[in-house]
Amino acid sequence: MTLWEINVLPADDQPDREAERLQARAHDMPGGDGIKVATARGFLIDSPTIAEPDAVRIAAELLSDRVVETPAIGSVGSWPLKATPKRLGEAPAGILNVLPKPGVMDPVALSTAAAIGDLGFEPPQVRTFRKYWIAGADDAAITAIGQTLANDAIEQLIEGPLAIDRLDSGGDYHYELRHVPIAELDDEGLMRLSREGQLYLQLAEMQTIRQFFVDAGRSPTDIELETLAQTWSEHCSHKTLAGRIAYRDENGERRFDNMLKETIFAATNELRQKWQADPEREDWCVSVFKDNAGLVRFDEQDNVAFKVETHNHPSAIEPYGGANTGLGGVIRDILGAGLGAKPVANTDVFCFAPPRCIDETQPTDESLPPGVLPPRRVMQGVVEGVRDYGNRMGIPTVNGAVCFDPRYLGNPLVYCGTAGLIPHDASFGEPQPGDLIVAVGGRTGRDGIHGATFSSAELTSESESVSGGAVQIGNAIEEKRVLDVLLQARDERLFTAVTDCGAGGFSSAVGEMGEEIGAEVWLDRAPLKYHGLSYTEIWISEAQERMVFAVDPDKWPRLEALCNSEGVEATVLGRFEPTGRLVLKYGDNTVGDLPMTLLHDGRPPVVREASFTPPAQPSLTPPARDDYTDDLLRILAAPNVASKEAIIRQYDHEVQGGSVVKPLVGVASDGPGDAAVVRPKLTSRRGIVLSCGINPRYGDLDPYHMAASAIDEAVRNAVAVGADPARIGLLDNFCWGDCERSETLGGLVRAALACHDLALELEAPFISGKDSLNNEFSYAAEDGEKQTIAIPPTLLISAIGQVDDVSACVTMDLKRPGNVLYLVGETKDELGGSHFALVNNLSGGRAPTVDGPRAKATFAAMHHAITGGLIAACHDLSEGGLAAAAAEMAFAGGLGTTIDLASLGDELPAATLLFSESNTRFLCEVAPENAEAFEAALSGIAIARLGEVAAATRVAITLGDAAVIDADVAELRDAWKGTLAVGVFG
Amino acid sequence: MPQPRVLILRAPGTNCNEETAHAFTLAGAVCEQVHVLRLLESPAMLDDYQVFCLPGGFSYGDDIAAGRILGGQVRRQLGDAMQRFRDAGKLVLGVCNGFQVLMATGLLGLEDPSGPLATLTRNDSGRFEARWVRLSVAAGECVFLRGIEQMELPVAHAEGKFVCREGSLPTLGAQAVLRYTTEGGGGTAYPANPNGSADHIAGVCDPTGRVLGLMPHPERFVDPTQHPQWTRRREGGNGVADGLKVFQNAVAHFG
Repeated sequence: MTLWEINVLPADDQPDREAERLQARAHDMPGGDGIKVATARGFLIDSPTIAEPDAVRIAAELLSDRVVETPAIGSVGSWPLKATPKRLGEAPAGILNVLPKPGVMDPVALSTAAAIGDLGFEPPQVRTFRKYWIAGADDAAITAIGQTLANDAIEQLIEGPLAIDRLDSGGDYHYELRHVPIAELDDEGLMRLSREGQLYLQLAEMQTIRQFFVDAGRSPTDIELETLAQTWSEHCSHKTLAGRIAYRDENGERRFDNMLKETIFAATNELRQKWQADPEREDWCVSVFKDNAGLVRFDEQDNVAFKVETHNHPSAIEPYGGANTGLGGVIRDILGAGLGAKPVANTDVFCFAPPRCIDETQPTDESLPPGVLPPRRVMQGVVEGVRDYGNRMGIPTVNGAVCFDPRYLGNPLVYCGTAGLIPHDASFGEPQPGDLIVAVGGRTGRDGIHGATFSSAELTSESESVSGGAVQIGNAIEEKRVLDVLLQARDERLFTAVTDCGAGGFSSAVGEMGEEIGAEVWLDRAPLKYHGLSYTEIWISEAQERMVFAVDPDKWPRLEALCNSEGVEATVLGRFEPTGRLVLKYGDNTVGDLPMTLLHDGRPPVVREASFTPPAQPSLTPPARDDYTDDLLRILAAPNVASKEAIIRQYDHEVQGGSVVKPLVGVASDGPGDAAVVRPKLTSRRGIVLSCGINPRYGDLDPYHMAASAIDEAVRNAVAVGADPARIGLLDNFCWGDCERSETLGGLVRAALACHDLALELEAPFISGKDSLNNEFSYAAEDGEKQTIAIPPTLLISAIGQVDDVSACVTMDLKRPGNVLYLVGETKDELGGSHFALVNNLSGGRAPTVDGPRAKATFAAMHHAITGGLIAACHDLSEGGLAAAAAEMAFAGGLGTTIDLASLGDELPAATLLFSESNTRFLCEVAPENAEAFEAALSGIAIARLGEVAAATRVAITLGDAAVIDADVAELRDAWKGTLAVGVFG
Repeated sequence: MPQPRVLILRAPGTNCNEETAHAFTLAGAVCEQVHVLRLLESPAMLDDYQVFCLPGGFSYGDDIAAGRILGGQVRRQLGDAMQRFRDAGKLVLGVCNGFQVLMATGLLGLEDPSGPLATLTRNDSGRFEARWVRLSVAAGECVFLRGIEQMELPVAHAEGKFVCREGSLPTLGAQAVLRYTTEGGGGTAYPANPNGSADHIAGVCDPTGRVLGLMPHPERFVDPTQHPQWTRRREGGNGVADGLKVFQNAVAHFG
């Protein structure tokens, strides 16, 4: 028996792009300058029945492209596989191989094995790898380069020719029921068990568990403890924000029994009651805060589901896999909403530490704290992870944002969101007693163990080695298969309920579905990727691409046949039994038996302290200058503002054919659109609008105003393209630091209070949300002291709006010389947290505030003007204020502007007029013949006629007679496009 | 007008089937989306259709290479049926991933006894890119492109670079019916040619004119609001979307 190794190299007359990229990247590495590289894609094929001629045929017919590639075939490590490729000449070269670790998802290997089966062979075991020949570097440099190629969390680096004789397929498992003696543990012992068992529960919770089992007169089994830890984890139960909180701020004290319920949910409920009581109004919320996603009414047939999730800690350790499975997870939330929604659009928002390639003041890779991946690698990995999953799923990625701040070092944030369409009568699911528990999709492996509890732990420099098992790679095509089957099964009503396997795996999915009934689970029946998993591993594995269905036994044969017909595995795993208990069996053995009430209501209430003290705010006096052109150029080049085209173009934003307003707009498709519009039903003119608001810089001044500003930004972005402000649903995603610290939690409560207030004032209800706490990174500094970097409190607000007819939508690019430019909304002295302050190193000042009632009136008036066809172009004012908005509109339209600020009055200095980031403002282009109607539509709203669109491609802004900005549009565009140019992703 | 029946093939990872069906339907055809396993079970079902369409997506994840696995399945198990289909005067269309699959089937006539004359491989940029391109059309015998001179359509792919075996470019020149171009016709460097294709080739037709494979997505431009500059063209009227004409031509072939 031979283990075959097949290398596929670019043909001698073809470029080796992978090698070129590595050579370019190595340029900055010690000993890496001037190296020469050649690469190959490798396959290891382990089969007793494949002989050499077969391997040659597999290489030629399946694995290589004869026009552009050359295969090399042999037994592992044999001579043809070691030979240095011709393109490196005679120079001696070292070899590096990067292989996925055993058990790590390798989708290409799975497909290759099946495709070899298509050729008529018994499907073999396959592993893929990447191979590099490196010439012109010494051994130490080659090793160093290798370490940048392999991520230790999921990959192994092998230097020199491979020397393996078989592929490991997992060992045997011998059943043994394990009990954990807990009765005799003291508090210290309980906490040690919590920590070392990776349960990450708190003392009061461990004490409650101990008491339960003391009363029951027995010890818990390992699987029972794990089940409790998963169900009670922050990730699954949101115990902090949905828990008791004693909050104190400058206005006094307030106590919450359930903070989220009393703030954000309460506002939604109040709005719904108001609408239900008003015969003129419609309560268009359908399902809020209970299902896997929020559902609102879309049209006569369908509702729309929307959800945004985070996947921060896994992305810190393995950016590609973390982001990949983050998106895969939120797509499954949409598949698991009601009886399954069809995903129609994705959105993604990333927060990174600035990589050195865009900000030279940042630390070099060598000077980063231990355990931190270089920011550039994090950024590239995250972008690629989202790309490869979203594109393969055939879901357009239409909206997003990227924020940079040094405090995201070691703890990046990765928000992934999906919107989906679901028929009214499929919008609710409810498992029935006696229904079968059916697992559908991917097989269960040892991947993702302890992901739910891991997200409750702070990241440390050791996380990579301790928690590597929590990190996974996704297999998008498996999930696409599940999607295809699920929608057909939904339309045939073959199941009564569905949910996804996310954090906690089967334990969370079955535990949640069976909460009101009870369930018995037969763990030995779960299909496994390889042998050797214990019953507990099966139960808590977070292997991806799995869904759980509740199926009437009469419908099971049809569901099974449907799944078979599309190559999707479906397995009966148990039954929802009306016992009120969760019974776990492995063969004939009962390995766990817990009352559902303990899981879902047994967690002890903990009162957390929360406090907020408004920071002293020194005033901010902007420097007085004659000319602010340079400030504008620096703001446009600032990473948060700069063009994200290098990322956007890697995402398919038009698949499904519903694209109306794309992420990049304008005459050359390179201007920053405010929000995306898609037509989810190709036979209808009705559209969905997706937008977002995020600005952690304001949070440093006041989390209340940060939250209010993010809401205003998300709503005004949606309104700017044509969304009806009377039908905008919101999502909150809180990413915060360690909320056991009262001031950290206090900031969060304060932000939630703003969400409550603004939702009511704008009549824009929150329909779902999610929080991610403990976003901190700790390491031991050189002196041995523990250092912690906490992220800036970061609230992402995502908005989903609707337009009756997409042909009324508006883009932000200037359209025609001679059109009038209006500023809508009031400019205030609000430079605190602004980009003007950032690029000038100014601190203090007031963060932008929101006047809710005035904002509501402004949005309504703007919508009236847009649907009336009165606005040719419209752009929201955000980072960089009026000046940045004017510049962006000009270069997007390939036109110029002549603007005079004099009409804005003389109370504020030029810098404030130009760069203040006051909320609820738009810059609008109006044809002269529509000016009167526009002014009438905006009556009662502060508007100012600023100037007009110019044919000359200059952005010229004056204050009376003095020119304060004068720049060529090309210069502005170049500044904006230069920062994150494509090269960053090389 | 008789309504031709279109079989739209669906494999694991195919993801442009719905909008492709919509485009054919708008043009007046009747569509059925059929899973590849059904067609492999009974290739004779092709007899019930007039158009066979391989839509875009990531069949089998594009694992190993784009279209490789589905291409092999189709070539080995449907090759004869597809030859007969084409020879019966019927039409075959492959878009993006469908084009990549068609390249593997041999149906485009881009092979000689020593193997394939051309292939589609990784973009010069090394990554997936989505952007709109302008195409010049040299329709020749190609049924789908009759009467079309230029088109604007989006591309969205990582492996769309058309590469010829050494010396084969001149022999297949007449089959290259679609080329990337610019508004003025000159300067077809990146990004106008988004992937580095030889001779700017974006689409190829077989010698009969009835089998077309192309990287750009005609089904993504069948409604005016899909064009990236539609909000700038309101006043001039947006006219018939470029991509729709491709589907109308296919339907008209059976009129």
